[in-house]
Amino acid sequence: MFNTAIIVKSLPMLLEASVWTVVYSLTSVAIGFCIGTLMCAAGLSQSRPMRALAAFYVSFFRGVPLLVQLLISYYCLPLIGVNVPSSVAAVGTLALCTGAYIAEILRGGFLGIPAGLIEAARMVGLNRVQILTRIEVPMAVRFTLPSLVNETTMMVKASSLISVVGVLELTRLAQNIATSTFQPLEIYLTAGAIYFLINGAITLAGDFAESRFRVEKAR
Amino acid sequence: MNAKTNPNARPIIDVRGVWKRFGTVDVLKGIDLAIRKSEVTCIIGPSGSGKSTLLRCIAFLEEYSEGEIYIEGELLGFALEGGRRRRVSDAEVARVRRNIGFVFQQFNLWPHMTALENVAMPLKLARGIPREDATKRARAMLDKVGLTNRAEAYPSQLSGGQQQRVGIARALAMEPHIMLFDEPTSALDPELVGEVLQVMRDLASEGMTMAVVTHEMGFAAQVADTVVFIDHGVIAASGSPEQVFRREENPRLRQFLQNYFERNVFWQTTDEVPAP
Repeated sequence: MFNTAIIVKSLPMLLEASVWTVVYSLTSVAIGFCIGTLMCAAGLSQSRPMRALAAFYVSFFRGVPLLVQLLISYYCLPLIGVNVPSSVAAVGTLALCTGAYIAEILRGGFLGIPAGLIEAARMVGLNRVQILTRIEVPMAVRFTLPSLVNETTMMVKASSLISVVGVLELTRLAQNIATSTFQPLEIYLTAGAIYFLINGAITLAGDFAESRFRVEKAR
Repeated sequence: MNAKTNPNARPIIDVRGVWKRFGTVDVLKGIDLAIRKSEVTCIIGPSGSGKSTLLRCIAFLEEYSEGEIYIEGELLGFALEGGRRRRVSDAEVARVRRNIGFVFQQFNLWPHMTALENVAMPLKLARGIPREDATKRARAMLDKVGLTNRAEAYPSQLSGGQQQRVGIARALAMEPHIMLFDEPTSALDPELVGEVLQVMRDLASEGMTMAVVTHEMGFAAQVADTVVFIDHGVIAASGSPEQVFRREENPRLRQFLQNYFERNVFWQTTDEVPAP
């Protein structure tokens, strides 16, 4: 028996929880983008220690399952005296993880930037940071936009993992409702549909950005 | 005697005994070159002779291996300590070369910015000029190169000649004391070369100090005060256009010019020689 009443009844709560899903995942992508940019720049720098740092960072966060990373941060941070809300620890872990992937995505974009564009920036007196933020990052984002949108949708889905460390978001709330109402099928189908719609919106936003960038290429 | 012809005036750019090695290959082998205020120096020579490398060394886009380059009296890129040279910081390099404008063969406009933004952005960021003033000056520079109506276009929407003129406007906006041009017309379709050369002629007549690596012998003959012929990493001949193009007897230079004239021989045999 498919119970539509329970869906209607729990939908407001699920939508409210999905706001947290959006907040956690987009925040971690935003922070992860900054981390990824720095790690990408480190990985392409002249300095050997910087390159080693970037290589270690990427291999750790790509090599260890996100779920395990979340559990490590959940149990280890208090041990070393870091007492932050579990939501902060969880978003931080998501950001560190996606930062490693974004660093690798951006690397391809950075390598595709013609050297002459950087030389031109140096010749008009831009400093290293200005070149990074005004030339390299905007161009790398344009080159790699589809992969970045893809990574963002992956993070929306991956944010469901933070339910295991007790952070309230869409999946966690769905679990709570499912266990208290004994109607798991209806609730999880609804949660799945909400994830689907969130990622649909992100994909649309990506398409919009891409069409904006196409103006720059128009003949 | 004006500054232009006064040999005692202190050079804006003074290249002394510069060597440049890429690995084991010597690209420049002891270049001495002085460029004085308001002089136009054209650097000619075969492909691979080192002429672009010399220009890039003067801009410190390449680190020179030996010798010294002085920009308005300041040593570029290095500090001398007890007879040894030490590479200075990027910020110090930027400070010494702040009065050098550079125009690239491939234009190197930033494709994600409009023509106007390409010119205005460095004014805001590198010079700290407020947005409105920077935009105003950028528009004035685009006017100067004849692109008043193309300010809002992206580089991909401009022809090669227009892109190169934006490149010149971007360099000029920084109010350089000397402009370096690295084969500015070599990537252009033939019918677009003229508009870029005209902008450069105008600049020269305003008294801008210029060093131009070029294959445009007509431009060199008309505009240059000094023509420098580089071959195999050394200055094989230099002097006035008259001197270099007509009187100099260096066999490599004669061969180089011979090849050039043979390519253009068609024009010499018809009555319809285009006006210079």
